Amino acid sequence: MGSAHSVPAEMRELADRTGFTSEQIEHLHRRFKQLSQDQLTIRKENFDNIPDLEFNPIRGKIVHAFFDKRNLRQESDGLADEINFEDFLTIMSYFRPIEMNMDEEQLDRFRKEKLKFLFHMYDSDHDGKITLQEYRNVVEELLSGNPHLEKESARSIADGAMMEAASICVGQMGPDQVYEGITFDDFLKMWQGIDIETKMHVRFLNVDTIAHCY
Amino acid sequence: MCYICNKIVAAADMGSATLAHAKLLNWLLLLSSLVCCSAAAYVDEPNLSNSFLPHYEPHQGGAVGSSQDTRLHVFTVDYGYVQIPYEVTLWILLASLAKIGFHLYHRLPRLMPESCILIVIGALVGAIIFVSDHKSPPVMNSSIYFLYLLPPIILEEGYFMPTRPFFENFGSILWWSLLGSLLNSFGIGLSLYGICQIEAFGLTDLDLLQNLLFGSMISAVDPVAALVVFEEASVNEQLYMMIFGESLLNDGITVVLYNIFIAFIQMHRYEEIESIDVFAGFARFFVVGLGGVFFGIVFGFVSAFMTRFTHNVSTIEPLLVFMFSYLAYLSAETLYISGILAMTSCAVTMKKYVEENVSQNSYTTIKYFMKMLSSVSETLIFVFMGVSTVGKNHEWNWAFICFTLLFCLIWRTLSVFALFYISNKFRTYPFTFKDQLIISYSGLRGASSFSLVFLLPVNLFPRKKLFITATLAVIYFTVFIQGVTIGPLVKYLDVKKTNKKESINEEIHVRLMDHLKAGIEDICGHWSHYQLRDKFKKIDNKYLKKILIREHQPKSSIVSLYKKMEIKLAIEMAESSMKLSETPTASSQNSRNRHVRRLSPAEMKSLRDVLAHNLYQVRQRVSYNRHNLPTNTSEKQAQEILIRRQHSLRQSYRKGNSLPWVNTTEVRYLSLPQGPSQRTRQKARHVTFTGNGHALLCILLQQ
Repeated sequence: MGSAHSVPAEMRELADRTGFTSEQIEHLHRRFKQLSQDQLTIRKENFDNIPDLEFNPIRGKIVHAFFDKRNLRQESDGLADEINFEDFLTIMSYFRPIEMNMDEEQLDRFRKEKLKFLFHMYDSDHDGKITLQEYRNVVEELLSGNPHLEKESARSIADGAMMEAASICVGQMGPDQVYEGITFDDFLKMWQGIDIETKMHVRFLNVDTIAHCY
Repeated sequence: MCYICNKIVAAADMGSATLAHAKLLNWLLLLSSLVCCSAAAYVDEPNLSNSFLPHYEPHQGGAVGSSQDTRLHVFTVDYGYVQIPYEVTLWILLASLAKIGFHLYHRLPRLMPESCILIVIGALVGAIIFVSDHKSPPVMNSSIYFLYLLPPIILEEGYFMPTRPFFENFGSILWWSLLGSLLNSFGIGLSLYGICQIEAFGLTDLDLLQNLLFGSMISAVDPVAALVVFEEASVNEQLYMMIFGESLLNDGITVVLYNIFIAFIQMHRYEEIESIDVFAGFARFFVVGLGGVFFGIVFGFVSAFMTRFTHNVSTIEPLLVFMFSYLAYLSAETLYISGILAMTSCAVTMKKYVEENVSQNSYTTIKYFMKMLSSVSETLIFVFMGVSTVGKNHEWNWAFICFTLLFCLIWRTLSVFALFYISNKFRTYPFTFKDQLIISYSGLRGASSFSLVFLLPVNLFPRKKLFITATLAVIYFTVFIQGVTIGPLVKYLDVKKTNKKESINEEIHVRLMDHLKAGIEDICGHWSHYQLRDKFKKIDNKYLKKILIREHQPKSSIVSLYKKMEIKLAIEMAESSMKLSETPTASSQNSRNRHVRRLSPAEMKSLRDVLAHNLYQVRQRVSYNRHNLPTNTSEKQAQEILIRRQHSLRQSYRKGNSLPWVNTTEVRYLSLPQGPSQRTRQKARHVTFTGNGHALLCILLQQ
């Protein structure tokens, strides 16, 4: 597809806001139209058309994340019913790879945004904390593919993880202290060892030239 | 409690190890008995036949025509009559036994490619033949190789090729195999020619064309052998496809080059070759390649059409498949077009439609028979190779051999980095330095380069023995040394890049992110060019399927409907039971959180191990193994769910409850493990976690 034509104004505005280049936006727009079957918005049912997504154990959470209003940078809470292309791009922008020309502050902000996205995936009741039940839910989903693991072992793994998190974040706790749940700051602490920037991006968005043969 | 679990694991491991050792011992005894038997056969035979035709001898002993004894012989031995088939069968059996033994000890296949064991068997047979001074070593000539031994291998590769990833990466694969082979052949040939010019090595009688020919033969790689080792290290799918596609196309390209160079050499004098001939060579290269593909596609469609009408004669369906592919190969060879590419494209075209049309049994038969045939061919080639190793037709020249090895490695690395640098610019998923390193290291040589060099006409190549020795040296080096070290190399490269997971939390988070990434990639659709694929699918559905595929059979749809209903029911039961079991625990959650105790490191480690081994694999992996068939996962899943459901029904009848999963702790899954990882299966068999969970809860509640 040619890139020599003039870029419309909305495209440029989108590019500025989300940080994508115009080729990437065009590519994503084509994909959006395919998913929405040429409608202007996407609903949850449109994600059922993707065959590979069936095998993904956290499929529900991923689709949910697209409609989560906190990820869409809206002030309100809860779930949206349908999203338009701009929202689609907003979600995709969480998966942009880091660029060479980012400075420390930008990098830090970028990192926080990605981690916030992940945090929202765990925290399904939107109360700002990952409780034991939510964590258990996540672990059970991750282990759902394996038939000979019982629910109890999934639970005990989640419990163990929670205790570990407690020990990292709060240190030694007294016998009466209750660990309510993992807050976002605790979450950040847990992620300090792992460099999320290199992991959480979709490589295909690195396209600079016009991609013809994949 | 985890300590006990660890003990059980250790004991079981020891038990299984001794069991494996016992089996290994059994196999060794059997093998040695077979070897002795074959050795006896070699020592015994009186007459030797040089041809492959059985020659008839009167069986009635000395009763007719002999003047020495006029008695009727009750017991006579006539080995010469069955010698050739007997020996061939014996070799194949030997190799099969070796394969059994190879796989019994489950760690071996992950350490080294299976070609290693085949070469060892070949060398063993060769040693026996040499030692027993067998006067007629088995002969492989050009027609036998090209007409009988090569087609099964090619057919099997083409048929089992995973089409979707192949076509998604088709551009890169074509670019890499085509230019890679050309670059390697010419590079190695020219460098060796340069070396030959040096007087001190005594190689000046090798002219340019011979060196170029040698270069083209030695650049025929067989990286499929390394693929099994790759799977263990969970190499990404793109890399896998590149290597697979390369091996597929590489065979065809090298044979075409080989034929072109031989034609050049047969034009006698070097000076007669003008530039027009070189251009003709290039043009011929393309004609041969593309013509082969076209031929194959035509034959593929014809055979698919034929299978539409075979539902009353389903026993000839495998025959159709094999005969048509073979016919494609032979017809292409008649016209001097690449039969290999023809057969490959025939298999690829045919597969989709044939699988819809043939009966289930025919389908299974085709798969197994194909694997069997290709296995037999490969075994025979390796036996010939082994026999040539231990023999008298060698000429060792240090300079030539060492430089050949060196140039093979250098040129492969150079071509990988150069070509991938260019193709990365056009890919959405560029190959990293690590990927390229792995690709360049996986250039194992195998049966094809040996066969090509063995079949050189001696009159044109007075120094054929030198070539054979050099090729054998390269094959041994690459298969044994590179093949064994490639596994550790891949693991080393992987481990270096990723962080060591020290905690359960990290494991969970990183795995979640992998799944998330895969999900987003699927949503973005970067795995395929959707437009092209959709267009092809439309044409396919509108025209091709109507012509080539039989009408839908009602019998199979009932079965699939039943399966679908079962799956739906099982999922509903799972969901309802999860909701039920959540409510009683929510109330005690607060009290549970209050009494926290730090888990000991051993417990953490065991929990982490369970997690690491049992987390759902990120994507259905593409997996190709030349020597084995992949398990049918969807069938197993359906089986799985049926078993689970029956078990839960039984439970509910026993307890009189309508919802069978109220007591979740007592439900056990007596089921087959899912997924190909053997390690998971072994670990899971020995580690049980109900006790652990209970104990953990008790500790938490301090009771």
